Amino acid sequence: MTEPAVSAEGLSKKYGDFQALQDVNLSVPAGTVLGLLGPNGAGKTTTVRILATLLTPDAGQATVAGQDVLRKPAEVRKRIGLTGQYAAVDARLTGRENIELIGVLLHLGRKAAKVRAAELLEQFELTDAADKLAKNYSGGMRRRLDLAASLVSRPPVLFLDEPTTGLDLTSRMTLWRMVKEQVDSGVTVLLTTQYLEEADQLANRVAVIDKGRLIAEGTPDELKRRVGGDRLEVSVTDTSDLAVVTTALASLSAEQPTVDQDSRTASIALSGGIKAIASISAELEAAGVEPLDFAVRRSSMDDVFLALTGHSSAASDDGDPQQQDLNANEKEAQSV
Amino acid sequence: MSEVITDSFALVGRQMRHIKRMPEQLIGLTILPVAFVVVFGYLFGSAMKVPGGQSYQEYIMAGIFAQVMLSTISTTAVGVAGDLSNGIVDRFRSLPISRTSVLLGRTMSDATLCTWSCAVMAVVGYGIGWRAHEGVLKTLAAFALLVLMGFTLSWFGALLGLVLRSPETVSAMSSIIVMPLAFLSNAFIPLDGLPYWLRTIAEWNPLSTVVSACRELFGNGTGATSDALPAQYPIPGAILLLGLMLAIFIPLASRAYQKAAAAR
Ligand SMILES: Nc1ncnc2c1ncn2[C@@H]1O[C@H](COP(=O)(O)OP(=O)(O)OP(=O)(O)O)[C@@H](O)[C@H]1O
Ligand SMILES: [Mg+2]
Repeated sequence: MTEPAVSAEGLSKKYGDFQALQDVNLSVPAGTVLGLLGPNGAGKTTTVRILATLLTPDAGQATVAGQDVLRKPAEVRKRIGLTGQYAAVDARLTGRENIELIGVLLHLGRKAAKVRAAELLEQFELTDAADKLAKNYSGGMRRRLDLAASLVSRPPVLFLDEPTTGLDLTSRMTLWRMVKEQVDSGVTVLLTTQYLEEADQLANRVAVIDKGRLIAEGTPDELKRRVGGDRLEVSVTDTSDLAVVTTALASLSAEQPTVDQDSRTASIALSGGIKAIASISAELEAAGVEPLDFAVRRSSMDDVFLALTGHSSAASDDGDPQQQDLNANEKEAQSV
Repeated sequence: MSEVITDSFALVGRQMRHIKRMPEQLIGLTILPVAFVVVFGYLFGSAMKVPGGQSYQEYIMAGIFAQVMLSTISTTAVGVAGDLSNGIVDRFRSLPISRTSVLLGRTMSDATLCTWSCAVMAVVGYGIGWRAHEGVLKTLAAFALLVLMGFTLSWFGALLGLVLRSPETVSAMSSIIVMPLAFLSNAFIPLDGLPYWLRTIAEWNPLSTVVSACRELFGNGTGATSDALPAQYPIPGAILLLGLMLAIFIPLASRAYQKAAAAR
């Protein structure tokens, strides 16, 4: 087995008295994608900044592309691309100028910098907007430009800090496709995200981080299994119809559907995908039941946190008692 | 070393593009100096008398030049804080480029803007009757000294921007810092009226030394001098003081850059 492209051991960081990161271990095999999943303030950016040599940890060590982050930061910088949480583009330069500047700063030479810029703009579908000022770019275009700028030197390791936060679905999917292209060409990616779906789309493995600690690690499937995955949720107007719905849903799984009498809603873990949805829909139609609402509810970050820690990510902002709670759950999570 | 130079020039190119894109910035860089020369040089200059009978208008011009150089502190500080808050500093820091290049690119382009301001002020000054009497070389030497001061203050501005981090804080703070530098100096008033201790402070103010050096090089009359060293030898004094400031600010700013993180 070759050594991992990114590995970190015991990373800790305090800001003043505030422990932002505690004893974080990570390992990303070369050519794979690790998703670092966590809510606001979990320590995702702190982790990325340490690995990208922008921040010195209080304790721990890390290597990136075979180079020690603390002892050889300059060597690390030659081998990484970083796309920060907020697109780092110069709004008063055109897209082309942004990328050419990076090329020149990387000493490609003016000519080669121009060629490389044209290549990247093409690859990231920015050729038409290449000579417009970046301040007129949409959020999605900025992100793409930012990603392109981080790839000028063809780095083998790429850090993406919340690459699609704030983007609409179309832009998000475009960006996902572009990240996948990089992965296909052999780039190792560590990406942070607040969306389970994003980790699911892009990552081979997911590490869940909360309050500066890793609380779980596994493939997206393992994680979703633990969370319960997507659920099919059906609401009806009449209480009498609810029984029909419940019976129909029960046929999907060994598990009993969850029923809420007040909202007249029944739901069940969805395993059979679109076929299951179609069969339930047909069954209800045959029985003459007109659902008020018929929806697939995707597992959210909150579901992950609820399942892993027993509290939702929003509630994790509270004080100490929950910190202990979290520690207890952490052991549980790791023993799974 | 040569890489530091090429990198810095690439970044100067970036700044010059900004100015091309935002001509209003260049207008600002032109209007302020013109206004200073007209208001202080022409209006006040005609209304006041300097002891010793020399023309206040000639006396004050070097002060105005130096005063405008002071504004470089906030120009650079705001620019650096802006790059910090929109992530550009993070991007540069994650690239294998030398730390000095990024700051040198910034300070060199802001010094270039100083050259522009000086040129504008010289022309307007000439228009209202200001003259240099010591020949072309000494006149150019005076402007070189002013631009060197702009460059030095730009490094101080870079340090300020990296430490204060948010552009808003920077704009608020830089005027507070500039104020005593500007007024506790001989830029607008002869210092012989001040109490001894205040006068000593004002004479050791690098701004006063540069202003005295320029007055000497322009042949504009230095006014009464005291026995404070920088007042007696203004030209070597100015070069030494600016050199000393560079020797302090460059390493401090580079270190701040190394640890720079955007304000939260
Ligand atoms: N420079 C700093 N000074 C003080 N506290 C900080 C600093 N940077 C981060 N923090 C705190 O450390 C914690 C972790 O921050 P970090 O930015 O790593 O979180 P994150 O997971 O990236 O969150 P987000 O999703 O909001 O980007 C947060 O509670 C944050 O408030
Ligand atoms: Mg973050």
